[in-house]
Amino acid sequence: MNFEQWAVGDSLFHRVSSPFKMIAAICFCFGLASCKQVDAALMGLFFTICGVLLARISLLALLQRLVLVNIFTLVCWFTLPVTVVGRAVAHIWFLSISAEGLALALLITIKTNALVLAFVVLIGTSSVVDLGHGLRVLKIPQKLCLLLLFSYRYIFVIYDEYRRLSRAAILRSFRPTSSMHTYQTYGNLFGMTLVKGWQRAGRVRDAMVLRGFSGEFVALSTVKICLADWLLVIVVFCCTAVVLAVEYRL
Amino acid sequence: MHLSEGIVSMPILIGGGALATVGTIIGLKKIDEDHIMTTAMLSATFFVASLIHVPIGPGSVHLLLNGLMALILGWACIPAILVALALQAVFFQYGGLTVLGVNVVIIGGGGLLGSCLFRGMLQRPKLRKLAGLLSGFFSVACAALFLCITLLTTGEEFVGTAQVIFAAHLPVMVVEGVITMFIVSFLAKVQPEILGIKS
Repeated sequence: MNFEQWAVGDSLFHRVSSPFKMIAAICFCFGLASCKQVDAALMGLFFTICGVLLARISLLALLQRLVLVNIFTLVCWFTLPVTVVGRAVAHIWFLSISAEGLALALLITIKTNALVLAFVVLIGTSSVVDLGHGLRVLKIPQKLCLLLLFSYRYIFVIYDEYRRLSRAAILRSFRPTSSMHTYQTYGNLFGMTLVKGWQRAGRVRDAMVLRGFSGEFVALSTVKICLADWLLVIVVFCCTAVVLAVEYRL
Repeated sequence: MHLSEGIVSMPILIGGGALATVGTIIGLKKIDEDHIMTTAMLSATFFVASLIHVPIGPGSVHLLLNGLMALILGWACIPAILVALALQAVFFQYGGLTVLGVNVVIIGGGGLLGSCLFRGMLQRPKLRKLAGLLSGFFSVACAALFLCITLLTTGEEFVGTAQVIFAAHLPVMVVEGVITMFIVSFLAKVQPEILGIKS
């Protein structure tokens, strides 16, 4: 099970240290999220596609991800043209399709995809461990960084635990249906997963205290700031400025 | 349940972010050094819950369990949910960077609000199952309501979308309620200290 499929690679984006990428991502994503004009959003989408090509990540996997992301935008395409009041461009049965509704659905689709791509390029190209340490550099409270790193560490353990339990249930002829028995079985399976996680947490904590854990998580790799870091932040700032300039017709 | 990027207007994004920050600060204050590991483990469990699909009718829904998290962790569920949602955004691109705060308020706030009334009932053995059922149901209901309010404050034009989304969550509320009930009664029997039950 590999969740961090974009984090491995060799490109400019993979080399830049995570705190810089996070600052760049916050700036660009919030800039793009504030857009209300389709051309500004298209500009943002153009920049993010350039970023995707530069980051050299698997396009096929990215497309598969975008299909899932677009389920919500699909709901918008079905509801907004009908509910938004405006100039009618077509009539289906008794419903009128408004141009304003279609434009809003288009804007949302472009923005959603652009923001997701920007997120993959700027944040997805770092591993969670790097992100955790990067957050520490950005002066985010230590407890929150520890929560992130530990949760990430134990997701896989807990998922394996759950799968072991559910495999055992399947071996005992459990077949999920929409019945009370199924829900009870899921409840018990998940309850057991929680109990095991709880007990494991206690053991891990004891082991860490025994090894002198004092609430400080020491990073093995230190963040080295190089020219590429600053360059990326400056380029992303410029892209955001261009998007906002198009938005406000400067 | 996640709100995707690119839909909500800027004031809502900033408001959601601010509320989530306040919630996270309160939550972090409630977690002492000894409980970081437990909270992280529950956060990971919450993440895993979202991978589990439970059949309902012809389709299936994935578990949310925000009510259970709030029952177990109280205010500390906000940072735990923040972390789980951040990881979901990084791994699966569900939600995202700008809507992270809003999503935390929707799911975490819904969990807190939906379960605060029923926490006291956990101490009474006869009412335990009911507490699980109601907190599971109302946590998802509150979260769906918050989601709809977010959409409606973004613009009047989202009325239809909000209605569709709320209707789609009705079966999720029932399934969550039933499963939370079974989890609570299981935990009460096997490891009551998770729920803070004094035996």
